[in-house]
Amino acid sequence: MRNRHVLSGRAAALAIENLDTDQIMPKQFLHGIDKSGLDRGLLYDLRFDAAGQPRPDFVLNRPERAGTSVLVGGANFGCGSSREHAVWGLQQYGIEAVIAPSFGEIFYSNAMNNQLLLVMLPEVDIAALMADAERLETCEVLIDIAALRVRSASVDAGFRLSERHQRMQLEGLDVIGLSLTYAESIKAFAQSHWQQQPWLRDVASTTFARLRCP
Amino acid sequence: MTARTLYRKLVDAHTVATLDAQNVLLFCDLHLMNEYTSPQAFAGLHEKARGVAMPEQNVAVVSHVIPTEPGVIRVIRDAAPALQASNLKRNCERHGIPLFDTNDALQGIEHVIAPEHGMIRPGMVVICGDSHTTTYGALGALGFGIGTSEVEHVLATQTLVYRLAKDMRIQVDGTLPVGTTAKDLVLMIIGKIGAQGARGHVIEFTGSAFEGLTVEARFTVCNMAVEAGARGALMAPDARAIAYVLQRAPDIAGDVRAAALRHWATLHSDEGAAFHVEHRFDASEVAPHVTWGTSPDQVIAIDGTIPRPQEQGAGPLRRSTEQALAYTGLTPGASLQGTPIQHVFIGSCTNARIEDLRAVAEVVRGRHVAAGVRAMVVPGSGAVKQQAESEGIAELLQQAGFEWREPGCSMCLAMNGDILEAGVRCASTTNRNFEGRQGRGAITHLMSPAMAAAAAVTGNITDVRRLEPCHA
Repeated sequence: MRNRHVLSGRAAALAIENLDTDQIMPKQFLHGIDKSGLDRGLLYDLRFDAAGQPRPDFVLNRPERAGTSVLVGGANFGCGSSREHAVWGLQQYGIEAVIAPSFGEIFYSNAMNNQLLLVMLPEVDIAALMADAERLETCEVLIDIAALRVRSASVDAGFRLSERHQRMQLEGLDVIGLSLTYAESIKAFAQSHWQQQPWLRDVASTTFARLRCP
Repeated sequence: MTARTLYRKLVDAHTVATLDAQNVLLFCDLHLMNEYTSPQAFAGLHEKARGVAMPEQNVAVVSHVIPTEPGVIRVIRDAAPALQASNLKRNCERHGIPLFDTNDALQGIEHVIAPEHGMIRPGMVVICGDSHTTTYGALGALGFGIGTSEVEHVLATQTLVYRLAKDMRIQVDGTLPVGTTAKDLVLMIIGKIGAQGARGHVIEFTGSAFEGLTVEARFTVCNMAVEAGARGALMAPDARAIAYVLQRAPDIAGDVRAAALRHWATLHSDEGAAFHVEHRFDASEVAPHVTWGTSPDQVIAIDGTIPRPQEQGAGPLRRSTEQALAYTGLTPGASLQGTPIQHVFIGSCTNARIEDLRAVAEVVRGRHVAAGVRAMVVPGSGAVKQQAESEGIAELLQQAGFEWREPGCSMCLAMNGDILEAGVRCASTTNRNFEGRQGRGAITHLMSPAMAAAAAVTGNITDVRRLEPCHA
């Protein structure tokens, strides 16, 4: 459940370090030209066996875990490929927040741009959250985005989010729209930039034209 | 004026506006696109009736889904990836963006074709919806990967909202021993600092070891910086880097060239510039490196031994070692040497340039791919392929039993149908040994082109330095 300031839900632990975006969203699900259908691909090899049958031992497949909306992961969660499909897939599956000791950098930006909440906590808190998430009775997590606090059965910890990212989480900024208000400054910047470094101007188009007509 | 790092100089020179303490609006000189991380960005633009701000600074290529089977005309058979390619073409035509399409003779991997045609220049900011955009640091250009939302942002504004990174310096002095390469050096560095060792940082590589590398070898190092979590990699452009660019960029001539040379001479970290983190390594200690696990930092020297989980405490390190060994099926404490492989893949933006193919040819000359091994070469681009063919490398490798294929990303990430079966063990010149990346249940061992060639001809993971001399 998520309202403007508070997100709460049941958490599941994925005790995997460096869980890369290839695993979060495998290659065979990257062939769309839109964002649809990615819930099927989420963590596919962990969720399904080679024959496509759900792996009963995997936490998200247990019937009592239906409705999981928070993942507690290992360090460097979302490292590797820049594919934003990983973020879209998590959200389409119903994941609203991921809590981990650290995140891959591109994944972090992608998540912020989609209002997928990412919470970084020290290893010791992550270990406690994972232990809480193991048991159904203690798997409930509450994340206060305004107060920047996480609470579970045994954890009550503050976390950090840059002011900008906090606003993006709370208000859902139209980042492109805001940047477009700088359109005139960008044009002026480009003119001056190219005056100083003319070898940086139109490199793509002029190189391409040169290669076409050698 | 305070001493600045090269990274800060590049950021400052591209800052349109300071948004807050951590973020700037960063002007992007060159934006590269591919068929699979751009479609939703174009769709987002179209939905909001926004245009492309500066199409002349953008270029696209079909690279990830393209088939690499030998043949004159390339056809993407499956409907979904074929639509990705045709959709990219439609988007590029609509917005006037140059495209290296499926059957373009110069088509290839983004990070191979952009520099080889002189599109990457010192002092640039280059972005692409692909994490290996860090490659361009080798020419003193700040390159980094972005997601699709950011691709849309760049298309709409030619800028990015950019979170500032911290500065890391990795100094390596000395000379790489015979039989070792830039790939071994960067794998060693990743092994030492870890898969998130450079997270939040832009790495500047300095020292005589990098000065001694060719530009192509430097690409390999900067390409894999992202496997240590880095947000970028940089090397101050030296005479070798500048010569590489000028040879490929005939438009930089006359007065412009003189001005460029003056400017490029300023692209280095100032004396006394502060780095948040510094590492130092000795190139003379580098041995051929091969990964044993499922993360690029799970790597050992070929004469080393696979870690024992019980020697790694009780925390996440032990857990990840156990998980990786369960997947790769290797024995703790054992050597990697002699491990049988069934597949060899020579390719990717890390190691599919002409020097990489020459290194493979040098090992393979007079030898043959071992029985039971399938060995593939996927050149990084049409230009690399043509060059290798003109040098006789293609013929030599084919006669030795290698498949000589068309360019593309291919089996590095296996999006195009070049995919491994479960249980197949692959000696690969790529950048990621993630679980399932080259195929579900397939096992990837990252290594240099020379080491992959040695694996191809012996059928095992082999120390290329110990191959018997061949007099054929």
